[in-house]
Parts: sequence; C-alpha cells; structure tokens
Amino acid sequence: MYRFVLRRLLSGVLLLFVITTVAYLLLYAGGGDIARRIVGPTASQAQVTLKAAQLGLDRPLLVQYWDWLTHALTGNLGRSWFNGQLVTTGVTSRVSVTISLVLGATIIATIVSVVIAVWAAVRRGWVDRVVQFVGVLGFAIPGFLIALGLVSLFALNLKWFKATGYVPITTSFGGWAATVTLPIIALSIGCIAAVVQQVRGSLIDALRQDYVRTLRARGLSFNRVVYTHVLRNAGGPALAVLAVQFIGLLGGAVIVEQIFALPGLGQITVAATGQGDIPVVMGVVVATAAIVVAVNLIIDLAQGWLNPKVRLS
Amino acid sequence: MIDTSPALPAPAAKASLFRRLLTHPTGAASLLVLLLVAAAALLAPLLATHDPGQANLQAVLAKAGPEHWLGADSAGRDVYSRLLFSGQFSLAGALLALGVAMVLGVAGGLIAGYYGGWFDSTSSWLTGLLMALPGMVVLLAARAVLGPSMWLSMMIFGIMLSPAYFRLVYASVTAVRNELYVDAARVSGLSDARIIGRHILTVVRAPVIIQSAMILGIAIAIQAGLEFLGLGDLNIPTWGSMLNDGFVNLYKAPTLVLWPALVIGLVCVALTLLANAMRDELEQSRGPVKRRKANPADAAAVAAEAATRRGEAAVVHPEEPSGTGGEVLLKVTDLGVGYDQPDGSVKHVVNQVDLTVRRGEVHGLVGESGSGKTQTAFSILRLLPQGGRITGGSIVFDGKDLAPLSEKEMTRIRGKRIAYIPQEPMSNLDSAFTIGSQLMEPMRVCLGLSKAEARHRALALLAKVGIPNPERTFNAYPHQISGGMAQRVLIAGAVSCEPDLLIADEPTTALDVTVQAEVLDLLRELQAELNMGVILVTHNFGVVADLCDRVTVMQTGRVVETGPVRAIFEDARHPYTRQLLGAILEDTAPRGPLLSLNGVSP
Repeated sequence: MYRFVLRRLLSGVLLLFVITTVAYLLLYAGGGDIARRIVGPTASQAQVTLKAAQLGLDRPLLVQYWDWLTHALTGNLGRSWFNGQLVTTGVTSRVSVTISLVLGATIIATIVSVVIAVWAAVRRGWVDRVVQFVGVLGFAIPGFLIALGLVSLFALNLKWFKATGYVPITTSFGGWAATVTLPIIALSIGCIAAVVQQVRGSLIDALRQDYVRTLRARGLSFNRVVYTHVLRNAGGPALAVLAVQFIGLLGGAVIVEQIFALPGLGQITVAATGQGDIPVVMGVVVATAAIVVAVNLIIDLAQGWLNPKVRLS
Repeated sequence: MIDTSPALPAPAAKASLFRRLLTHPTGAASLLVLLLVAAAALLAPLLATHDPGQANLQAVLAKAGPEHWLGADSAGRDVYSRLLFSGQFSLAGALLALGVAMVLGVAGGLIAGYYGGWFDSTSSWLTGLLMALPGMVVLLAARAVLGPSMWLSMMIFGIMLSPAYFRLVYASVTAVRNELYVDAARVSGLSDARIIGRHILTVVRAPVIIQSAMILGIAIAIQAGLEFLGLGDLNIPTWGSMLNDGFVNLYKAPTLVLWPALVIGLVCVALTLLANAMRDELEQSRGPVKRRKANPADAAAVAAEAATRRGEAAVVHPEEPSGTGGEVLLKVTDLGVGYDQPDGSVKHVVNQVDLTVRRGEVHGLVGESGSGKTQTAFSILRLLPQGGRITGGSIVFDGKDLAPLSEKEMTRIRGKRIAYIPQEPMSNLDSAFTIGSQLMEPMRVCLGLSKAEARHRALALLAKVGIPNPERTFNAYPHQISGGMAQRVLIAGAVSCEPDLLIADEPTTALDVTVQAEVLDLLRELQAELNMGVILVTHNFGVVADLCDRVTVMQTGRVVETGPVRAIFEDARHPYTRQLLGAILEDTAPRGPLLSLNGVSP
C-alpha cells in the first residue's frame, strides 16, 4: 500500500513539474515582445530595453526559468507586472472560492448521479429512457448557458438569490450558501449528466454479474446487494469519469465565476489574460495543475480502496 | 490476390447509415436543425437586413420591430443580421478546431497504434499531459501571450481536443492490428499505407464521425465561452460576443442574451443528439446477432412450445419400497417460467414441470443446456434473470407456496432455508471484498450474529470444507485463491446458515477433474451431516450415479422422465434419457454403479 501511494505521489509531482515547465517556456518565449507590450507601442526602444531589464526578461530563457523555479519551490511565484502584488498572495486569496465551487459541484454531482443512476439501472423501462434523454440534454447544453438561465430566472425574475457577490464560508455559512448555490447548480448539471451515464452503464453491467444472484441467494436483500456490492464494483469507472469531469469543472468555473461575479481564480485569470500579466497567468497555471494533481491522487487512492486488484498488484 | 482480400463493405455501410439516420426521429430532426443553421450562416449576405458591424446610435438597445426584427444591441447593431454573420465565424472557428484535432488525433492514433514503439509511448504520454489541464485555462494562458485571435485560439483548442480522437483511433487500431485479415493483407505484400487506408480506416471511420459531432459541439461551446468572457476578437461577430453584450445589458434588455443563447444551445443539443442517433443506428445494425447469442433460452423456448403442442407425458417410475421415504420438503407442481418479450408476448422456457424433493434426499435434475433445468432451479429461489417470471404452477416448500411470496418474504427464506451453489466459482465471488467479509455478511444478516461470532463461524466453516489455511483464505481476495478453493468457499457460504434445501447448479462443471471428485465428496458429507434435501442440477449422469437418490430428466423445458436413480439407470424408457445415458456409457468400462466417472481412479 505504501509503495502504491508513493508511486502515485511521485508521478503526480513529475506531472506538475512537466506542466509548469512547458507552460513557463511557452509563456515567456516571447522575450522582448513582452516588454514592448507592457510599455505600449509609442514607447522608445530604450524604454523597452529598460523595462525588459527591470523584469529580468533580458536574461536567457533557461536562466529566467531556473530563477522562477527556485523561487517557486519556496512558495514565491513572483510579482504581478501591473499592480506589483505578490502572485502567491493573489492566487491563494482566491483559490478557496474556486475550490469551494468546484468541490461543492463535485460532491453534489456525485451524490445526485449515484441516486439517479441506481434508479435508472434498477428500474429500467421508461424511467431509464427519461434519464437517458434528459442526460443527453444536460450534457449537450454548455454550462455557462445554464448559468445564464439560472441568473435570469432565479436571481433577476424570482429574486430568490443574490445575482452576484460572494460571502466567505468563514463569515456566514448561510450567506455563503446563498451566493454559491446557483453557481454550483450551473456547474454540476453537465457533470451529473456525464457521471450518470457512466455509473448507469457500469451498474447495469455489474447487476448482470453472477455474484449478485449468489449474494441474494444467501439471504441478502436486493437493495443491500446493490448499495454495498454492485455500487462498489461500479465505482471504479465512475471515479475515472469524475476525474475527467473535475478538470472540466475547473475550466467551467472560470466562466461561471464571471457570470456570478465571484472573486475566484477565474476572475484574476480573465483580468491577467486581458492585460498580458504573465506572472499571474503562470501562477494560475501552477495552482490549477496542483489542484488537478492533488485530485487525481485522491481519486487514485479511492480506486485502490474500491478495487483490491489495483492496490495489491 | 489484393482484390480478394477481405475488406469491409465500407461505402455501403456509410450510405445506409446516412439513410437510416433520416428515418431516426431525433437523428433526422437534429440533422435538419444543423442544416438550417449552416444554410443560414452561408446565406447570411442574402438574408441579412443590415451590415452586422454597423453601429447606429439611434437604435441602441432598440426593441424588436419592423426595422430590427430581433432588436438591436448596445451599439445599435442589428441582432438578426449579427446572428446570421456570427454563424459564419462561430461555425468556421469550431470547424477549424475540429480539423486540427482530427488530423493530429487520427494520424497520431494510427501511427502509434499500428507501429507502436517509441512513438506510441511518447504520444500516449503527451495525450495524458494534454488532458491534465482544463482547456479553458490553457486557452486563457495562450490568449495572454498570443492576443485575441479566434483562429489561433481555435487551433490551440484543436490540439487540446486531439486526445479524444487519438484514444479512439489508438484503441481501434490496436484491436484490429493483429486480426487475421490484417495479417493476411500484410503477408500478401500490401504496403503499410494501403493496409491502414483499406483495413484500418474503415474500422475507425464510423466512431470518428460520431466523435466529430460531439467535438464540434464542445468546440462551439468553448469558443462561445471565450468570446463571452470578452477576450475574443472584437472585430468579428460571433455568438459568444453577442452573448457577452447581452449579459452586460441583462437588466436593460433581457432578450439580447436570449437569441445567441438559443442558437448555441440548439446547435449543441442537435450535435449531441445526432451523435447519439448515429451510435444507436450503428449498434442496432450489429445488435441482433449479438443478442441472439446472448440468450440461450431462445432455442429452448421454441422447442418447448413445440413439445407442449405435442402434449407428451413424462415417464414416471414407481417408488422403490426400500427407497428414501422421508417427508416431502419441496413439491413443485405444474411450474411454468416465461420471459416477457418487447412485443408483449411471453416466451415460455419451462412448461408444466413437476418435481418432488424429500428431506435428506439428493435429487438430480438432468438435461442438456437449454433444457430448462437451471431456469427451474432459479424459479425455486425466485431469482430468475431480468424479464423472467413464473407464469404458472406452485412451488410448495415446507408447506408454503413460494410462487406468490413478496420479495421481502422471499429474502427471509433464501440463505437460511434454501441455499444455492453456483456453477462458476470465480464470477460468483465479489472481487472487491475479502472472502471473510463475504462469508460473514449473510450470516450476520440472516442469523443476527455479532461480528466476532460470525468470524469464528466463518473460520470453522472454511476448515470444514477442507481449506488448509482458513485464516489466510479468510483474509484473501477472490483473485488470490484457486477455482477449487473458491468453490469450497461458495459451498461454505451456502451451508453457513444450515439450510433445509440446497440447490447446486452444476457445482463441478467449471473445475479440474481431480478437484471435481473432492467437491462431490464434500457435498455428500455435508448433505448427510445436515440432512439437507439437495437439488443437483447437472448434465452429467456420472455425477447423478455418484450422488443422487432420485433423478428427473428435462428436455426443452419439460420433464421427460423421473424416478429413483436405480430405476432410471436400469430401465430408462424415454429415448432422450437413453441418449444421455448412452453418451456417458460409450467410452467408459461398464463397471457397476459408474463410480469412477469423475476421475477418481479405483
């Protein structure tokens, strides 16, 4: 078990390293052009050279990278080119909003998908057909359209929720819930549709397995067999889909945060992208990659728990 | 030589898929919607009433009317005209992403799958890397250095999407690479390029088309998302930038956001439904062959109905005066089992079956596969596969009819009163749980034992069924033990609650010959010790001779002969029984009661 965890941990760290390295080299490859863009088209060449020197952009790319990497390892991701704020501070102060959105959506999606998928797989018939059809719609409609629909319906017309703004969970749980409910619903619908599809399929396969009959023949009720045995066996493929969906949710959160004016990673990403604030963009890439690696690690461990063959081989 | 190599009937399949789509309700509707949207985009210069980029201060946020059919946006530009021209750019951008993804993914998948080697490992690793980051974050990062070009963004997104094709093609190619017809083509001297073109592309073409519909939808959505964030090129009209303008003015002009949202939603849904319809149609064209194979009850049902019409009666041998005359434990009368068909009819697989099992008796239920013996056994347990049900007759067990019982009442009888030993040991253990927990769970539920009691009892049972190291097996997972061990575990599980009736469905068929005899010995021992009635389902008269007191022979869902085992062996009347007996006697020395048939050397 320790070796299993260690191996996954190492491959996660390697992935993080590769992603950040590739991202850095691509983002900073522009060199002199970057300085030109910051000082503006009307500035003199001397000003451009000066700016490049100030920001350290006149050094060879690999030297810049080494400098960035050694600082990054101590938790220092540099400063924004435009407002001078520490990137680490900017990112960490916002990452909790994004994580609470994405994690909330993941948890909701997991629970709801399991319930719906069990319902569809056990009942079959018209229930199954309705679930399948609604699933296709939920999967097809882009998440931000759903978010727009939710804003105009519940926040503008019915006024059940505030359309925009964010209250940290540490300030008031009720306030937090009121501000994140709509965004989480908007994010989770597509995720639910995808996960239901997968769980339903693997449940139907698992229900056909011989051991289901044998366990029932030994006096276990159908529901008990479904919830303890069948669901656990169907869990592996479901987790794999969830891992892919989680990455999608991080992307979707960027737009959803914009619609609901939530101060998350998406907001600084959009702002930094518009200005060409490369250190901040780089910080966001690091944070996103770190979240993805951490979640993949958790899902790998859960896979090992669900399926002893993974863990013991 | 080249021309006769077995190629797939490619062009025909393609044409008929398209034709079948036209008759598929959602497929045809989606296709129609997509064609309309594409036509509207292409004919935008003809259909538009205004220049899409022309601002008009008088018309800012104008309501829908004769001048502006769908109103005007915050710069006074005509919404209807912009919607049409946006279609050109939005669709072209999405198609660009699709093209890049397809070229990279399909080519990469073909090369990696066909040749393997370093290209395989490198590209698999690269796809993993590409899928590790959300597309939106990568696009934003790219936008930060490359500026707001939609075309560049969509090319980068195409690269991000290429793993979807790569994985699909790679999986298909590695699956067919070693097929005989590909080998044959290689041996016959075809070049790699021709083999790929002729044999492999035809296999992956249909899934690639389906995937393309999905990917086009994703590309349209992400492109709209990027423009919606206000990070797109402001000089070209797109549905996403219209959405952005509408969102900014959501309070002042709520309908502005509606039109682009409607078009994007409609196109995305149509593309997904189209992909699903294509998948349906492709699966259907392969479906019937597969389904026929998967349902062994089919042939039996046809034969059974024919036999019922003929109205043949079973041969019943008289009881032996000295035979086991214990109390009747199970009396099945006139049992019928049928499967509901999609067209509303019922397919009968068991007809008018009578079966009597006494306490302490081993009753063989014999017949070839499809004779209905397993269906009869499952209906006694009330565990027929999905769609199957008891269509008539009674199953009186210990004075109570099981046929009408509710599932809840039946759950209380299973395990504790009637137990079951399956045929295939490995697939009947849940691979996710240890042997010990699978043994303990039913005991705790049925007998209400504590965890410690259940554990103690499970270990004792494992020792009793002849497992050399009970502790180790208790802690093992199913994949860590042998088939013979697994069957012993299942037998331990079946007798764990000391049932009155044990139904063993071919308990030795899947085992090695040497293990078979040991398992039969074990069954005999346990049966005598617990004085259980046993229904032994088998197709092997050797096993019957070894173990059974009485035997019932089934053919095509009906009982053809029943009686004490000695009477059947000495005086089989029904031709089918004789045939079955003949099949085992031919290659064995006729030596008394056939004890050596299970591989036990005398």
